[in-house]
Amino acid sequence: MARLTLAEKILGRAAGVAEVAAGEFVVADIDLAMIHDIFAARVFDLVLDSGAPGLADPEAVVVVIDHLVPAPTPEAADLHRRIREHVAALDVGTFYDAGEGICHQLLPERGHVRPGMLVVGTDSHMTTHGALAAAATGIGTSDMVYALATGRLWFQVPETIRFELSGTLSPGVVWKDVILALAGRFGSDVAQYRAIEFAGPAVKETDMASRLTVSNMAVEIGAKFGLFDADEVTEAYLRERGIEATGPLAADPDASYEAVHDVFLSDLDPQVALPNEVDRVAPVGDVAGQPIEQAFIGSCTNGRLEDLEAAAAILEGKRVAPGVRLLVAPASRRVLQEASARGILDTLIAAGASVLPSGCGPCFGGHGGLLGAGERAIGTHNRNFVGRMGSAQAEIYLASPATVAASAIAGRIADPRSMEGAGG
Amino acid sequence: MAETIVRGRVWHFGHDISTDLLSPGGFAIGSVDERKMHTLESVNPGFAGDVRPGDVVVTGRNFGCGSSRETAPENLKALGVGCIVAESLSRLFLRNAVAIGLPALVCPGVHEAFADGDDIEVDLASGRVVNHRTGAMLEASALPEEMREILDAGGILAVLRRQFGGEGDPSSG
Repeated sequence: MARLTLAEKILGRAAGVAEVAAGEFVVADIDLAMIHDIFAARVFDLVLDSGAPGLADPEAVVVVIDHLVPAPTPEAADLHRRIREHVAALDVGTFYDAGEGICHQLLPERGHVRPGMLVVGTDSHMTTHGALAAAATGIGTSDMVYALATGRLWFQVPETIRFELSGTLSPGVVWKDVILALAGRFGSDVAQYRAIEFAGPAVKETDMASRLTVSNMAVEIGAKFGLFDADEVTEAYLRERGIEATGPLAADPDASYEAVHDVFLSDLDPQVALPNEVDRVAPVGDVAGQPIEQAFIGSCTNGRLEDLEAAAAILEGKRVAPGVRLLVAPASRRVLQEASARGILDTLIAAGASVLPSGCGPCFGGHGGLLGAGERAIGTHNRNFVGRMGSAQAEIYLASPATVAASAIAGRIADPRSMEGAGG
Repeated sequence: MAETIVRGRVWHFGHDISTDLLSPGGFAIGSVDERKMHTLESVNPGFAGDVRPGDVVVTGRNFGCGSSRETAPENLKALGVGCIVAESLSRLFLRNAVAIGLPALVCPGVHEAFADGDDIEVDLASGRVVNHRTGAMLEASALPEEMREILDAGGILAVLRRQFGGEGDPSSG
């Protein structure tokens, strides 16, 4: 009788093999492939050069222009023009042009991802979609060319580590704090080559926005997949997108894990990742008072409506400290529209925020909100490596939207629980 | 494997060398000739200008962590780096290195056993790693056969072209 992890179930199904076990190599059918604007033109050039007649399954392909939005240079504009030409010529199933949003927001928001899918994309944060019980992972340009031309790709079935999460988050503490705490406690390569299952009583009530944040950062601790079970929360999220019951999906109860870590969450404080590693993490109290020049709320990690709402709750009726630039990048046009309709945007703008396009610009050090030498920033994004947001002499701290908003008001890193509006 | 022995000078780096260091985001869409000159410039400004074909990058834990950008191993390959030997490799870096045909090995103890400029010899077939300055000899983990086949073919695009008979050169651009 099969005793399978989620990763083994999904890869076995996609490979058409009755049962696979960790360590085995399989060649599996790709259910969904995403390419963004940094790589799309080159990927399609190489597909055509390979001699392949076209895309093996155009309907399973999503192309998103999100990294260079709006085009910061003539070269970027030219790149985008070439992508649009390829998309038309190759009959790409879905194309989101500049301004529609960040790929990891659009894939779930527009109903592309379903439980049990095998999903690849040319971006490391593909692990995000594990929030919907999809085995989703990043690949490079060449692997994507192979996947698009043949519809298949090789995988080594990963070992799985399971986080059994229990307890209740205190007011002012959110799931961004949980994933930062896990990175701090277990280190940046605890899940190298491995799948993670986020499980336990604490995840049952967790909303999809929080799950997406946690799965997004699974890659920061090395993971190939960052999986949640498909449950009632998943089903409700899919139903809102017109996708009818896909049923529950979970590991077998007696599945075999490389490690199971029990983590109790009730005593957790808001967390901050310190320069220059995601796993250098401390409770916010340890670094409170550090002056900042920039505060960033956005990215595929924390640019969703719930994140903007949490920031607005702190910023309501307040002003950003003199000398601090508060940048807000809603993760998609829909998030922007909804934040506008609910008055969230007004609150943020009145507090002194500059609203950026829905894209990835500052987060990957591309453009629009970069840091100079000697500057210090705190952001809701996922990486604080040297040079990540511009100068290699800048310092980046990572935290929740509430902590970033509180810090923007204080002009220095601040505990959101010290402010009104930090309801959690 | 066409060439199984790599021998050259060691370029020694630390732990958690990220793809932002290997391929900075500001040069993401530049040509490989421009892009490669910024490889690791934040940690060793002389590297890109001075590295010679066949030199070896020796590094610590979690090498290549971060982005899916294949330009990280591609920059190293374009500079002529013969192989990477690391305490551990990020999953995406290893996958991309295999995909473009750049050998990358995991070898416990290698970070301690080498210093910048040492004379290193790596046998890609057996995994034997030798420091000709100190005489130290280490064993790297052998890559699984499935990955070696792709490396030996010269990368996954070479495998693909074999299937479809295309002419494209995966190492260009």
